[in-house]
Amino acid sequence: MKAKLTLLDFLHMDKTETDDVREEEVPNDDESRQEPHIYSVWEITRYIRQKLDDDELLRAVYVKGELSNVSQPTSGHIYFTLKDEYSELRCVMFRERNALLKFRLEDGMKVIARGRISVYEKRGKYQLYVEDIQESGIGALYRAFEQLKKKLKDEGLFDTAYKKPIPSIPHTVGIITSPTGAAIRDMLNITRRRFPHVHILVAPVAVQGEEAAPQIVNAIRLMNRVNKELMKIDVLVVGRGGGSIEELWAFNEESVARAIFASEIPVVSAVGHETDFTIADFVADRRAATPSEAAELIVPDKRQIEKNLTTLEMRLRQNLYKLIEQHRLWLSGMEKNVLFRKPTERINQYRQMVDEYKKSMIAEILHRVQLNRKTLQAISGQLDALSPKAILERGYSICIRERRVVRSVSDVSVGDELRIVFQDGEAISEVKEKRDMETLL
Amino acid sequence: MMDKDEDTTFEAAMKRLEEIVEQLSAGNLSLEESLKIFEEGIGLCRFCNKKLDEAEYKVEKLIETEDGKLNIEEFEVKE
Repeated sequence: MKAKLTLLDFLHMDKTETDDVREEEVPNDDESRQEPHIYSVWEITRYIRQKLDDDELLRAVYVKGELSNVSQPTSGHIYFTLKDEYSELRCVMFRERNALLKFRLEDGMKVIARGRISVYEKRGKYQLYVEDIQESGIGALYRAFEQLKKKLKDEGLFDTAYKKPIPSIPHTVGIITSPTGAAIRDMLNITRRRFPHVHILVAPVAVQGEEAAPQIVNAIRLMNRVNKELMKIDVLVVGRGGGSIEELWAFNEESVARAIFASEIPVVSAVGHETDFTIADFVADRRAATPSEAAELIVPDKRQIEKNLTTLEMRLRQNLYKLIEQHRLWLSGMEKNVLFRKPTERINQYRQMVDEYKKSMIAEILHRVQLNRKTLQAISGQLDALSPKAILERGYSICIRERRVVRSVSDVSVGDELRIVFQDGEAISEVKEKRDMETLL
Repeated sequence: MMDKDEDTTFEAAMKRLEEIVEQLSAGNLSLEESLKIFEEGIGLCRFCNKKLDEAEYKVEKLIETEDGKLNIEEFEVKE
C-alpha cells in the first residue's frame, strides 16, 4: 500500500494549506481507524480525484513556473512539467486547447498556465489540465515587442518615406518626458549650453507605469495642438533615461507608436541607453541613443553657427569683390583697345586689306597665264609631229591624181597621170602597170 | 527676396544667405543683380548676428487644463 500512503501524504500536505479540506477529511480518517477498510487502488484513486475535483481553488487555478519535458506525441496533446526551484507539476494541454496557442512551448520558457487540477486515474497522477498558457515576465515582453514591431513594420510605419527632416536650427522645441530626473536636466543643460536661443516647451508626463503610455500619447497630441493653434513647434523629443525593459515599456506601446507616427511635428526618440531599442525609436523620425544625444541633435552648437556665419559673410564679400574686379578688368581692357582709341584705324585697316587682295589677284592671274603658255607649247609640239611636212621629211611621199590624194591602187588606171609630192618638190609620172598588194608580197 | 521681419526664422535666414553666396560665386548674374543680392546678404548677416547676440533661452511647461485648454507656464526643474 505504498501508493496509498503516498497519496494520503499528499492529502495531508494539501490540508495544511487549505482549512476546508481538513474538515472534510476528518470523518474519513475516523472511519479507517475504527474499522480498517481496505480500498482498491482504483477506489482510493477515485476518492482522491473526487476530493480534488470538489475543491473550489483547484477548479480554476493559475500556476507560474518554467516549462520542462515538453512533448507532443502524435495524439496532438502537449505534455510538460511546470517547475520552480522547489517543486514540479505535471501538466497536459489537450489538442483542441493547444491549437489556439500563439507561440510554441519550449523547455525553459517562463509561463503562467491556467487550468484545473485533477487526477489521471490510470496512472494515479494528479496533474494540471491546462486551458490556456501565457508567457510571463521578460519573455512575454520581448515577444510582444517583436510582434508589435513586425505588425507596425508591415503597416509601413517605419518606412523612411514617412521620416520628416529634423530642422537644423529650431526656434521652439517640445520635450515630452518626466519633469524630474536626469533626462530632463541633461537635456536642458545641454541645449542651454549649446544654443541659448531656443524656446523649450516641456510636457511633463509619467514615463513608466500604467499611466505612462496614455500620458505620452496625450502630450504628443497637445504639442501638435500648440503647433497648430499657438506657435510653431519645430521638433519634439519623446523619451526618458535608462531603465529595465519593464520601465521602458511605455515606449513599446502601440498607442505611443501610433501617436508618434501621426505627429505633424517631427519626432526624435530618446529612450534609455545606446543599447535600448524601443518601438518608439523605429517609428520616430530620428532616433537618439540617449536624451543627451537628443539634445545635441536638436540644437546646433552656437560656436559652429557663428563660425559658419562668419565664413558666409566673408565669402559673400569676397564674391562681390571678385565680381567687381572682373568688371573693372573688362572695362580697362576695352579702354586699352586700339579701335576704341582711334576709330579711323579701322578704315586704314580695310584699305590695307584691299591692297593685299589686289596684289594676290595679280599674282594669281600671272600664274594662270604661265600655266596656259606651257600647255600651248605642249600642244603645238604634238601638232608638228602630225603635219604632212614632217611626214614627207621622214621619206613618205603623197600621190595625187586629179587633185585628190590616192589612197588605193583601185583609184588609178594604167595610163593615168599622177603627181608624186616629196618634201622638196614633185614629179609627174604615168601609171604603167597595176599590181595588188598580194602579188607584191 | 526675404523680408527680415520678426517671423523670419534664423534657420531660414541662414539658408537664404547660403543661397546668395552660391549665386554670387556662380557669377552668372548681372552686376546690378549681384549688387542687389549682396545687399540682401549683408542684411541677413546683420539679422543673424543680432539674433545670436540676443540670448533668449526660455523653458516653459505645457499643461492641459480640466476644460481642455492649453496652458503654458514657467517651468523649473525639480531636483
